[in-house]
Amino acid sequence: MIPLSWYLIFAAALFSIGLFGVLARKNAVAILLGVELMLNAANINLLAFWRYRAPEGVAGQAFALIVFAVAAAEVAVGLALIISIYRRRKSVIADEMNLLKW
Amino acid sequence: MDVLPIIFVIAAAISLAAAVMVVTARNLVHAALWLILTLFGVAALYVLLEAGFFAVVQVVVYIGAIAILFIFAAMLTRRMMQDTGPQLHKAWPLAAVVAVLLFAGLMAILVSWPGMDSAKPALAEGADPLRQLGLALVSPDAYVVPFQLASVLLVAAMVGAIFVAREKNP
Repeated sequence: MIPLSWYLIFAAALFSIGLFGVLARKNAVAILLGVELMLNAANINLLAFWRYRAPEGVAGQAFALIVFAVAAAEVAVGLALIISIYRRRKSVIADEMNLLKW
Repeated sequence: MDVLPIIFVIAAAISLAAAVMVVTARNLVHAALWLILTLFGVAALYVLLEAGFFAVVQVVVYIGAIAILFIFAAMLTRRMMQDTGPQLHKAWPLAAVVAVLLFAGLMAILVSWPGMDSAKPALAEGADPLRQLGLALVSPDAYVVPFQLASVLLVAAMVGAIFVAREKNP
């Protein structure tokens, strides 16, 4: 029998690893990889809480499905932005994307 | 001897190890491939949660679309950072400290929560969570508006991605 805590601890660890990736990576594509890890951790939590705490409802499942759709949209727009910036500035390093800085 | 906890530990360990490789791999294509392994581990956990539909969606959407998109993006933005120079910020130890602090904080909250060790309740006799979800997504009393909004969001993201990434004609 797997207690709920295992899922929560796993999700917390995955989220922390993703956060480290977002904060420490220089490459913008790698930052988006970290964001994907964090979204997955959130989804695990949603489904684990649904299964352990409210299996008769559908709220957790519906929420997780919306997160999937948002993740797909986020990655499509994010990568399009990165490719566009790469075309103009020949760089994918997040530090060098300072067009909007003043 | 229950076999499910063993499967959980194996899947979780593979996922976390692959996730560490995702954030540390020098080559971005390798990082994207490690991400695929992480996503497979998470899909296995969905199966253990008896959310088989989400395991399939995870494989189709995340591995089939998102990870492949990452590999394309890594290849289209090559040359610049490929294998040369540090991939991590100079301040990466600070980031590691923040991540560890977040993990410790989450653990502190979780251990003080009484519901931590709740066992998995059995699904009701004859219950079909997938059927319930499908009905709820199209029922006006439940989630039809968020569901339609998600579709609109996907269309908007698709149009936006094409517009932003398009080669500009002078």
